[in-house]
Amino acid sequence: MTMTSPELSQNPKDTAGAGRTISRATASAHLREALLPSLIALLVAAIVGDILIVVFGQSPGAVYRLLIEGTWGNSYGFGQVLYKATTLTFTGLAIAFALRAGLFNIGAESQLAAGGFMAAIVGLVLPAGLPWIVMLPIYLAAAAFGGGIVGWIAGELKARFGAHEVITTIMLNFIVLALLSYLTSAHLKVPETLHTVEIHSGALPRLSDFIPAFHGSAANLVMVIAILACVAAWWYLFRTRRGFELRAVGLQPEAAEYGGVRPGVVWTRAMTISGAIAGLGGLNFVLGYKHYYEEGFAGGAGFLGIAVALVGGTHPLGVALAALLFATISQGGLAVNALVPKQFVEVLQAVVIIAVAVSVPEVRRILRAQRRTE
Amino acid sequence: MPALLFLAQTLRIAIPYLFAAAGGVVTERAGLIGLTLEGYMLGGAFAAALGSYYGHSAWFGVFAGVLGGVLLGLVYGVSAIRFRADQVVVGIAINLLAIGLTRFFLRLAFGSSSNSPRVPGFGGEQSGTGLAALAANPMIWLGIIAIPAVGWMLYRTPFGLRVRAVGEHPAAATSVGISVSRVRYAAAILSGALAGLGGVYLVLDQHQFTDQMTAGRGFIALAATIFGRWDPSRVGLACLLFAAAEALQIQLQGAQLVPSQFVEMIPYLLTIVALAGVVGRAVAPASLGKVSE
Repeated sequence: MTMTSPELSQNPKDTAGAGRTISRATASAHLREALLPSLIALLVAAIVGDILIVVFGQSPGAVYRLLIEGTWGNSYGFGQVLYKATTLTFTGLAIAFALRAGLFNIGAESQLAAGGFMAAIVGLVLPAGLPWIVMLPIYLAAAAFGGGIVGWIAGELKARFGAHEVITTIMLNFIVLALLSYLTSAHLKVPETLHTVEIHSGALPRLSDFIPAFHGSAANLVMVIAILACVAAWWYLFRTRRGFELRAVGLQPEAAEYGGVRPGVVWTRAMTISGAIAGLGGLNFVLGYKHYYEEGFAGGAGFLGIAVALVGGTHPLGVALAALLFATISQGGLAVNALVPKQFVEVLQAVVIIAVAVSVPEVRRILRAQRRTE
Repeated sequence: MPALLFLAQTLRIAIPYLFAAAGGVVTERAGLIGLTLEGYMLGGAFAAALGSYYGHSAWFGVFAGVLGGVLLGLVYGVSAIRFRADQVVVGIAINLLAIGLTRFFLRLAFGSSSNSPRVPGFGGEQSGTGLAALAANPMIWLGIIAIPAVGWMLYRTPFGLRVRAVGEHPAAATSVGISVSRVRYAAAILSGALAGLGGVYLVLDQHQFTDQMTAGRGFIALAATIFGRWDPSRVGLACLLFAAAEALQIQLQGAQLVPSQFVEMIPYLLTIVALAGVVGRAVAPASLGKVSE
């Protein structure tokens, strides 16, 4: 059973990167095919948003103005947007990366939590006073390992036994979160809380340390790691042999196998890397913000990452932009809470996902029919 | 009588699983992935609270809850069948949609961000834990017959034959004049109604709706559907097994033998084991998740 439809894993940049002989007209047609669904989805979400706002007896103009003012309109709000966008970039990138291999990683939620947990453990074990230049690589490795091992399990189950990754990653979410909950509550937590004690050293500075205007917001230097991760993922996918193999398996596993690529090996590798990317997202909370592991810190970012990956067209650059968009919507909910329940943005996020999923095949069909008649 | 108490507790825990897993069997046997069960349950639960509160009757709540599940089933059906959207993506989104909508309308209808006021349920004010109290609750009886009814429908009626044909071999079904889309719409609606009833049970049993009260039960039902290999009787047994493990854990809480988190893992671990084929491989309906052209 193939649950991932090819149009999800397909992207114009695929052919552009591999062939380079593509004509400008085709490239622009491909770009339209990639951008239109996201634009349609935003339009649909705006309409649904208007309806909900009117149902609650408020004026949409006032609510949207407040939403913009509370996010991009002041430095605290913008800092919060950047913080949330950082986590979403990691989870969105993780899901986009796996989608390129034709795999649906629904497990980003627990991979994110496992990454943060491993980083916090390392921070508890290592001695205090080490400089961050020594600590950072260790933290990176720990977080990537935590998320990567969860991804690896799902990859191996798929490669060895054919167990579908959608189901196994969902089941792994529950298993891993329960395990982390047990380890935290039974062995590690500070009494009367749900979190561990603070890490000893290697915490990264917040943006407010450089720019005082960001005071109070959680934005921190892990943001830079998120951008680097996007660049690295782009390089891997579009400039390396392994990335080419990964995309080939994503488009047509049988053909890739005929071309000498073993899909099983690629699946395991892709899921492991995907999990590792999601795991790195845990650093944003543990290293940049609170400096400890807290149960539930992932807070749905793993599921919202699916929206980020899809709206971003499964391209690293698109993912980063989509993460900013979804972080704005999330933070915007808090900003408008005085006028309408903040939960209305949760509805909007779900509507965006459905609208993208609906319009991707539809737009493709219409554009291709057009091209045929031209 | 700890044995009877254990039995009653198992049944109470199992009822929402039985409803939702019955829906899971219907939808997956027709080729539609059952990732939406959790959302159907939550939507059904909230609609039941609305219906029971404003209609002043538990039966009105049942009706509204079914309607809530059906509406979400239609959203799934239209997206996945008419627009051929990816079922995994839409499925996850329907769950997020259910969470968002129920929270929004909880604020709008009841002015609370955590729970509804007390709503009428079955069996008077006192909801007991014994078997007698359970027997007085019609939702328990509905829950018990849900899976057998689906089994009868699948294997003994023309509609069931069509559902199985569409799930296993849509092209062959089309060639003998069956409308694949129509059968799948019916399956989406039916599974929405069944899983919605699971949510209804929770609300009427607890006499209120609380935020995210389904707490992953829809995914346990999906796990039961897969672990039971899409066969109604095995799926029903899987639901009872998962519920018995939870009931046992509650009974042993004082003893602290096994941390509760490990009991929580059981359904999910068993499902992975079943999928990996350690003890006989679980094979899904052939067209599950595939877009019909």
